[in-house]
Amino acid sequence: MKISKKDVEHVASLARLQFSEEETALFTHQLNSILEYFEKLQNVDTTDVAPSFHAVDVRNAFRDDIPGDSLPVQESLKNAPEPVQSFFKVPKIIEV
Amino acid sequence: MDKELYQMTIHELYRLLRDKKVSSQEILHSVFSRIDAVEEKTHAYIALTRDVARQQARDADEKLSKNEGGYLTGIPLGIKDILCTTGIATTCGSKILENFIPPYDATVIQKLKSQTAVFTGKTNMDEFAMGSSNENSFFGPTHNPWDPDRVPGGSSGGSAVAVAADECIAALGTDTGGSIRQPASYCGVVGLKPTYGRVSRFGLIAYASSLDQVGPVTKDVEDAAILLNAVSGYDTNDSTSINRKVPDFTKALGRDLQDLTIGIPKQYFIEGLDPAVEQAVWNAIREIEKQGAVLKDVNLPHTECAVPVYYLIATAEASSNLARYDGVKYGYRSSNETSLLKMYEQTRSEGFGPEVKRRIMLGTYALSAGYYDAYYKKASQVRTLIQQDFVDAYTRCDLIITPTAPTPAFKIGEKANDPLNMYLGDIFTVPANLAGLPAISVPCGFTDAGLPIGLQIIGNLFEEEKMLQCAYCHEQHTQWHLQKPSLV
Repeated sequence: MKISKKDVEHVASLARLQFSEEETALFTHQLNSILEYFEKLQNVDTTDVAPSFHAVDVRNAFRDDIPGDSLPVQESLKNAPEPVQSFFKVPKIIEV
Repeated sequence: MDKELYQMTIHELYRLLRDKKVSSQEILHSVFSRIDAVEEKTHAYIALTRDVARQQARDADEKLSKNEGGYLTGIPLGIKDILCTTGIATTCGSKILENFIPPYDATVIQKLKSQTAVFTGKTNMDEFAMGSSNENSFFGPTHNPWDPDRVPGGSSGGSAVAVAADECIAALGTDTGGSIRQPASYCGVVGLKPTYGRVSRFGLIAYASSLDQVGPVTKDVEDAAILLNAVSGYDTNDSTSINRKVPDFTKALGRDLQDLTIGIPKQYFIEGLDPAVEQAVWNAIREIEKQGAVLKDVNLPHTECAVPVYYLIATAEASSNLARYDGVKYGYRSSNETSLLKMYEQTRSEGFGPEVKRRIMLGTYALSAGYYDAYYKKASQVRTLIQQDFVDAYTRCDLIITPTAPTPAFKIGEKANDPLNMYLGDIFTVPANLAGLPAISVPCGFTDAGLPIGLQIIGNLFEEEKMLQCAYCHEQHTQWHLQKPSLV
């Protein structure tokens, strides 16, 4: 077993997901079979091989810092689940 | 002409529009009557945009009456529902974005609008482009028009079906690991993934940013060149788009193949390859050889690592990209909230489907403390080796030809409970994404049961022209692309 039920619960909390007992069992089983297959990568010699994080050679793209138009506040709030005035409302996070 | 307008290609309709033999509004009427006749069977669209389309067609007709406009003016196009469209819901096939109405257009959408193209609707897809079958759409699966019990491929399955079933003239899809080419192969149409950086990703809802590209799904190769011309180009809004002159891709069509060397990699003709697919692909290769190209064996030794490398890198990037869906600024929010943390967890757990959760989990695991080196870093190193395989191969050839997928379209539900089996079917398409290479799938035959088979031509970086030249020549000498599903 590459990954235990406990690992799955830990990773789920990192990913801000929650699962039922059934889902946790299913994901544990599926992730194990996937990771077992992926073990074949460990047989590849990658000594001194640099990792590639891009498909083509790209560098940081700088531009001049010129102010442009941005979305008006009301427009930005249009898709919000709970807009209040010019804010995004969320559940209370500070106890007083 | 005995063809209906909805059956025609961009280049055919362009001539009719230019010569004023037909109006954009007539074309649109024809396409919508076709949609009304077959959409119930295919479910190619998540939403139709009839009113927007009618206005666009009127605007196009006005432009055309003044002899203005370009190749796409007045042409009805399907748009994958992963591309942001101002004022038109863009769901990405997900419950979490079910009611999301973008306040801006993707760059590719702006480019099509500047030509006054017409948008028929937003095409169906696997949720967040994660899937190879379109079964992962929150809005229900799309059906293959050649056999409604089979999948159309994915994740741009809706775009491929809309084109194959004549529910639009052409469409845009996106391709992260084969999501344009594999459905094109399963549906008997042309699908092209450009070189990474050729087309702007601005306004394309991110799945795996180092792999995602927008590209055309069309009825023939000439249309693919026309649509690629329209969407290509540097964009300051996408820091990974490449500042490089875009050629007129249609100029590459019609050149003969005397000067081309074609590489055939043995790692793509392996056990598990469907015999009918192998036969059709070899017939196509022989035809291309007959037209003057020289064949050569090439070696891509790390091909068998491509699936693990892709599924570790893509899911790692996805786990980061999809962190933004937290129920605060836009999208679905669970009404079941008690605390901020619970709100995040419940929103995401209710809003994402099983495959998206599976990939977020895999990616989060691959990036997590203690596993980063063994999974994400290792995969990124093997990615370098896969890229190097192609660099070496292209010192010996101009193009590489392979099957697009190991099998024809499979049955709906057949792989739904076996994610690894589903992933393994992407073996021939993911390498081009990992290496950033342009690749096209074109129809090259049918199985005995009448299912389409696709031929994949992979080009070197920024060499879409050679790829189109070869694809066009093959098409001119075979005519597989003219076959249509019966549907009715």
